[in-house]
Order: sequence, then structure tokens, then C-alpha cells
Amino acid sequence: MLSSVRQAIEFIEKQKEKRNEKLRDLSIYVCVGTGCTAKGAMKIYNEFQRILEKEGLIDSVKLSKLEEHESPLKRTGCCGRCSNGPLVNILPHGYFYAHVTVDDVSKIVEKTIKRGEPVEELLLFDPTTNQRVKTLEETTLYENQNFYIMEDIGKCECDNIEDYMARGGYSSLIKVLSQMKPEEIVEMVKASGLRGRGGGGFPTGLKWEAAKNSKAEKKFVVCNGDEGDPGAFMNRTLLERDPHLVLEGMIIAGYTIGAQKAYAYIRAEYPIAIHMFQKAIDDAKRLGLLGENILGTGFSFDVEIKEGAGAFVCGEETALLASIEGKRGMPRPRPPFPAQSGLWGYPTLINNVETYANIPRIIRDGVEKYRKLGVTNSPGTKMFSVTGPLKVTGIIEVQFGTTLRKIIYDICGGLVNGEEFKAVQIGGPSGACLSKEFLDMPLDYDTLRSADAMVGSGGIVVITKRTCMVEVARFFLDFTKRESCGKCIPCREGTMQAYTILEKFTKGKATKQDLENLEFLAKLIKTTSLCGLGKTAPNPIISTLKLFRDEYIAHLNGVCPSGTCTAFKKYTINEQICKGCGLCARSCPQGAITGERGKPYKIDQEKCLKCGLCVEKCKFKAIEIL
Amino acid sequence: MERNFEKVEEILQKHGYKKENLIRILLDVQKQYRYLPEDVINYIGVALQIPPAKIFGVGTFYAQFSLKPKGKYTILLCDGTACHMEGSTALLKAIEEELNIKPGEVTKDLMFSVDQVGCLGACALAPAMVINEEVYGNLTPEKVKQIIKKIEEGEKDAQ
Ligand SMILES: Cc1cc2nc3c(=O)[nH]c(=O)nc-3n(C[C@H](O)[C@H](O)[C@H](O)COP(=O)(O)O)c2cc1C
Ligand code: SF4
Ligand code: SF4
Ligand code: SF4
Ligand code: FES
Ligand code: FES
Repeated sequence: MLSSVRQAIEFIEKQKEKRNEKLRDLSIYVCVGTGCTAKGAMKIYNEFQRILEKEGLIDSVKLSKLEEHESPLKRTGCCGRCSNGPLVNILPHGYFYAHVTVDDVSKIVEKTIKRGEPVEELLLFDPTTNQRVKTLEETTLYENQNFYIMEDIGKCECDNIEDYMARGGYSSLIKVLSQMKPEEIVEMVKASGLRGRGGGGFPTGLKWEAAKNSKAEKKFVVCNGDEGDPGAFMNRTLLERDPHLVLEGMIIAGYTIGAQKAYAYIRAEYPIAIHMFQKAIDDAKRLGLLGENILGTGFSFDVEIKEGAGAFVCGEETALLASIEGKRGMPRPRPPFPAQSGLWGYPTLINNVETYANIPRIIRDGVEKYRKLGVTNSPGTKMFSVTGPLKVTGIIEVQFGTTLRKIIYDICGGLVNGEEFKAVQIGGPSGACLSKEFLDMPLDYDTLRSADAMVGSGGIVVITKRTCMVEVARFFLDFTKRESCGKCIPCREGTMQAYTILEKFTKGKATKQDLENLEFLAKLIKTTSLCGLGKTAPNPIISTLKLFRDEYIAHLNGVCPSGTCTAFKKYTINEQICKGCGLCARSCPQGAITGERGKPYKIDQEKCLKCGLCVEKCKFKAIEIL
Repeated sequence: MERNFEKVEEILQKHGYKKENLIRILLDVQKQYRYLPEDVINYIGVALQIPPAKIFGVGTFYAQFSLKPKGKYTILLCDGTACHMEGSTALLKAIEEELNIKPGEVTKDLMFSVDQVGCLGACALAPAMVINEEVYGNLTPEKVKQIIKKIEEGEKDAQ
């Protein structure tokens, strides 16, 4: 238990020395983020444990000068390259191994641990240069990113508070508590230009100032870790790989605005993140960095996790507050803003996970260094989750102003073989689809807005020729119509109607009038809905109508250019290949296939439901889909 | 069905009988019974002095809650953006073929239930699904069938 600022500073110094020693010595970092775990990372971890113990390496002083019984085997959080997992990073060499299997572990122990040589065939493959690289830092993928809140990638212990402190963690909290007045902190956050990472990009400093200036006997801090955006997982990653960074930001926020209590709202779908964050809270309390009279400064602060229960609208701040109070998560009109009247009517500061994570860094490194990253109106970095048919998928961190082209081709290695880029979907259901003309547009809050798009929470999904843009719009409307809380009519009924029209398109039943209605409806929903969900729900329609109008028109003319919409598919039997066995005819639920044994069979298009059963049945691959 | 409320009492106690903890209480109840049984909801209503109708309101609002029993193995199939585009529809078909149930349904033996969810946060491995907190990624219809078969076999061996 650290009971004074002085003790805390000394403790950090000691941890730093220890870590420096550790990094010089042998350590094995196994990534246990969600992605790698799903690919068997824990099996790898356990196998290392087994072999190291069997070989007597874990306690060997010769191998590691670490404190007795401290194992060189460590768990690290997501390294951002989940598609290459499970990942293992071995220090001090920095050999970075990808796609590791249980059988590889003994090889790594023999070659790398015992002899310090790399296992060539396991080294990370850099798709941009088509070469294997020895360390993560050598990849072009690394070079093109700006790791700021994700620093120490592959060599941080996510669930270890001492390790966090050794990396400079909690020094900002100590500095703030011992040397800074709340006004100074607000000024610093304002000067940094930090904007909320939850989607809207609202200046964080102004929000903090408003919450600080509200007079009330009680105040609250809330962390929005709902992340209901399909296709986005950076908040999850951050909570799992560096929970203390977020926690430290929240405690600083509490001190700044004069709050006594905070809630971290994390969705129940993220059990590992909840577990990690709870451990972070417990450890911080154990060391006296959280709880009563923190470091003897008289400041008391408590943090509690609230599990979300799976409703997208609960990410909206007023709905989230209702949900914390145990009610249905329904948005309410603003003002009053939460900073004036939030939880149970008290002033409440609500920020996104990533927003809080930036705070300790800004205080530690200073405003100037922070503003060197990014562009004038959007300083700093942003984490994005990049998915789709790319060579590398996972989490990246780049400075604002980076282009989509750089992200897709230089960082993620471009598309997997044969796939052709068509669009990106950015910003989730509130976001937009951007065509290839936007590849060189710098990504920042204002530029994206000028293109009718949004940073959103930062999900980027790459779309190829295989995917129909009308179907993409239908998919998002299906999502928002289901997630609409139903409070206001334009959103509840409007999204339903828009969905129905889009479905007519994908079923090949739309008319020109539908196209006009759709445009009208999109504008109506956007301008008359109460909360952000409804206001942004038409964005996928508006952007696809603007950039991919030809696909809508094609659907009106009976063609789905991507061949995705089943209704437009035509199943035919290739007479050259058909052996006339009759198997397909027997399996067709519609009785659409007829013929005479030994002669080519035929499909009656009127009867065919396009279920595809016959394709599976035909052993000669005679049935073609056009 | 006769039910004793010891477990519910325990859960209520853990959360300090506080109204504001309702969602967490319901999450714990759901973990215990795999759904929110009606009598338990009524019991909580009395204990916390909340009208049961309000609790039903909360129970139906959030996707996590179910008022119908779930399977011993709850399959959460992701239909988020990344998963949808990488073919989650085909996975659903595979599950339907294997277990004969549709989203929101449970098998007759209460062994499996399946639900479609927004996003599991494992998008880098799309398409993905979660069975009782275990994440499975880069799925194909064949893989899904194999995973289900393996669980079924494990259950048979355990008997
Ligand atoms: C429908 C809807 C969903 C939202 N989901 C999230 C979310 O998952 N996470 C988040 O941080 N903000 C979300 N937001 C934005 C929040 O309402 C709020 O602006 C944000 O948490 C403020 O934090 P920031 O200033 O740090 O960005 C959502 C907004 C809307 C309208
Ligand atoms: S816009 Fe939609 S989600 Fe928002 S309050 Fe209205 S109905 Fe609810
Ligand atoms: S199953 Fe194939 S080969 Fe046999 S009749 Fe049908 S199309 Fe021809
Ligand atoms: S696609 Fe289905 S309905 Fe059409 S011919 Fe084949 S089996 Fe029959
Ligand atoms: S989980 Fe290991 S790299 Fe993302
Ligand atoms: S879209 Fe399926 S896990 Fe995110």
C-alpha cells in the first residue's frame, strides 16, 4: 500500500529498474487478446509453461536474473495483428513469431530460448515486402503506424500493475495529485486539442470544463465502453491490453471535475475486458491508487463496473446513463447535458474508453508532443479496427490525417489474392461507404464530415466486388431498425420503411418510385429523429445512393452487379457437363428440375426458389449460377 | 415447477438489494437459470420493490436477456458487419441443418440454443461465434458442424 506521493514515486523508480532488467533478460510474451485466444493462445502458453518447467528453465537463475520464481513467461495484450495469431514475442531478441502451434513450442524453446537463434519459418511475414522479418519493429506495417496509446506493443503485461507503473504508468496521476490544480488540467486538455473518440469528436477539454464548473454536492465520471458498433473492437482491445491506462485517465478525470465515484459501462459480450478491468480496479485499490484518501492527498475516488446487456442505443450517452440507473436504456432530449444533469440528476462526465486512455499520455508527455501527431483540428492518434479480405486484419493505431490507402495497402498489406477493392465502410451503422476516389483523403474528424462520413468509433470494413452495396445498406438498416429504441416515430417507423424499400431492391421488386421514396425518407429520418441513432441511421443509404447509385439503378433493371442478391441469381444446368443422373431433380424442393435419365436435365426458372440445394447435390458440378 | 429462492437471495445480497443494480442482478440470474424465469422476476420485484412489469420491460429491452429457457450451450452467432460480409448467413444455415433450430430457439433436449448478435468484438476473425464464452473464428459451415458434433460427442461421453 502506497500511502504518500513520495512512496509512490520511489515505487515507480524501483519498478522501472526491474523492468529494464527484465527486458534485457529473457522473456516470452504470449498474446492472449481475444483474437489470439480464439486461435489457441492459451494452449501455447500452457505448453511453454509445461516445457519450461520440465526442462527446469523457469526457475533457472542462469537463464534469467529475475527475482526468484518470477517466470520469464508473460501474457501480453492484443498486438493488433490478430489475423496472424497466435503471436509470441521473445525478448531480448525481439523475435516475433506468428501462427504458432503447440508443436512449435518445443522448437522455440530449443532454438531461441536455449541458443538465441530465430526459428525462421515462424517469423512474421510482411505482406508489403513479401519477406519474413525478425522483429515487429522491422515491418513496414510497424513503420507506418504511430503507436502512442498502444506503445510497448508485444511487451506489456496487461494484467500487471507493477509492469504498467514501470512503463511510466500512474506517474501522471501522481503528478496531477501533487502538483496540478483542476483548472490547470482542464487548460492542458483544452490546449491538447483532444477530441472525444466515441464518434462525435466533441472537444474533451470543453466537456471537462463544463463538468468541473457545475456546482453540486455529488458528481460522477462515466466511461463509455459499450462499443455496440458492429465491426469495431478497439475499445475492447484497449481494455484488455492496457486497462490501467483507461483507469488512470478516469481517476484523473474524477480529480479534475471533483467527482467521488465512477462507472465503467462495459458490454457483457466482452467478458475478458470486464475481467481485466476489474482486476485493474482491485490492484489499484491494493496499492492505494484508488479508494479512500489516495496517496494521502485527501482525494477519494471509487470505480465500479456496470455491465451492459446488449443494446446498441445504450452507447448513446443519455441512454447509457438510464441503463446505469437500472432502467431501460432510452435516450432523452438534450439539454440538459450530462455535464449539468446526468446520473440521478448530478453532473456527470462521460467519455469514451480511448478518450480516457489519451489523458495520462498528454499529461506525461506534454501538449506540444501530443500536437505533433495528427492534424491541427484533430491532433493525436486514432485506433481503428480493420477487417475484410485483407492480408492483415486487426487493430491499428495511426495519427489523424493518415489516408485510407496507407492503411489498406501499407499497413494491412492490401487485399488477399484476387480480390478487387470496391469501397470501405467506415464508422459503423452511423457511418458511410466510401469509394476508391476517397482512398487518398486524410482521415480526420472534419475532412470525413465534409465527405458525409464519420470517424465513428473507428471500424473500417473493406468491401470488394463480391459485395452488393444495396445489400450493405439493407444490412445496416436491418441493424438500426432492430436497435431503434422506438421512442420517436421517424426513427421507429422510418427505418422500418426504409428497410422494406431496400429489401424490395435486393429482391428485385423495386420501382423508380421506390428510389425517390428512399431518398425522401433518408432525409426525413435524419432531420427529425431525437437522438444520434436516428439522426445517423440514414447515412449508409445516403452515401451508397451518392457513390453507388448505378448499383441501385441496375437492381431496378433486374441485375445485381455483384451477384450477391440471391433473387437475381439464375441456376442453370450446363448441358455439356450434365450426365443426366437425376440426383438434382430428386433433391429440388420445388420440383423445378425435370429431365429424362441419361440426358441433360433442365431448370424451370419460374419454379426455382434459388435455394442452391441442387448445386450441392450434383457430383459433376454441372449446375451453374449466373 | 417448485423453486427455492436461495440462489436468488444470494444474488440479491451480492448486489446489496439495490434497484440500480437490477441489470446486474438479472445478468446473474440469467447465468444461473439460463433465462429469466417468471417467478424469479416476481420475487425480485417484491424484494426490490419494483413492479414486475418494469422488470419485464428491462428484460425485453436488452438482447442479453431471455424470457425463454436457453440451451446448456448457447451459440451466439455474430452477424456484425465484418462477419456478415464474410458469410455468417451460411453459418446460420449450417447450424440450422445440424440442430434444426432457428435464431431465438432452443433444441428439444435444451442442449443448444442459437442467437444472432450484433458484434462480438472478434471481427478480425470474421466470421465468428461464441459458445459459452469461448470464441471461435474464421469459421466455415463445415467447421461449425464439426464444433457442434464435438460438443455433442463430449456430452455423450460424459453420460
Ligand atoms: C446510437 C449511438 C451509439 C453510440 N455508441 C457509442 C459507443 O459505443 N461508445 C462510445 O464511446 N460512444 C458512443 N456514442 C457516443 C456517445 O453518445 C458519447 O458521445 C460519447 O461516449 C462521448 O464520449 P467522447 O466525448 O469521449 O467521444 C454513441 C452515440 C449514439 C447516438
Ligand atoms: S432516434 Fe431512434 S433510438 Fe433515438 S430516441 Fe428516437 S427512436 Fe430511440
Ligand atoms: S445431378 Fe448434375 S449430373 Fe445429375 S442430372 Fe442433375 S445436373 Fe445433371
Ligand atoms: S436452386 Fe433450389 S429450387 Fe432452384 S432448381 Fe435448385 S434445388 Fe430447385
Ligand atoms: S489478439 Fe493477439 S494480435 Fe490481436
Ligand atoms: S462483426 Fe462479427 S465479431 Fe465483429
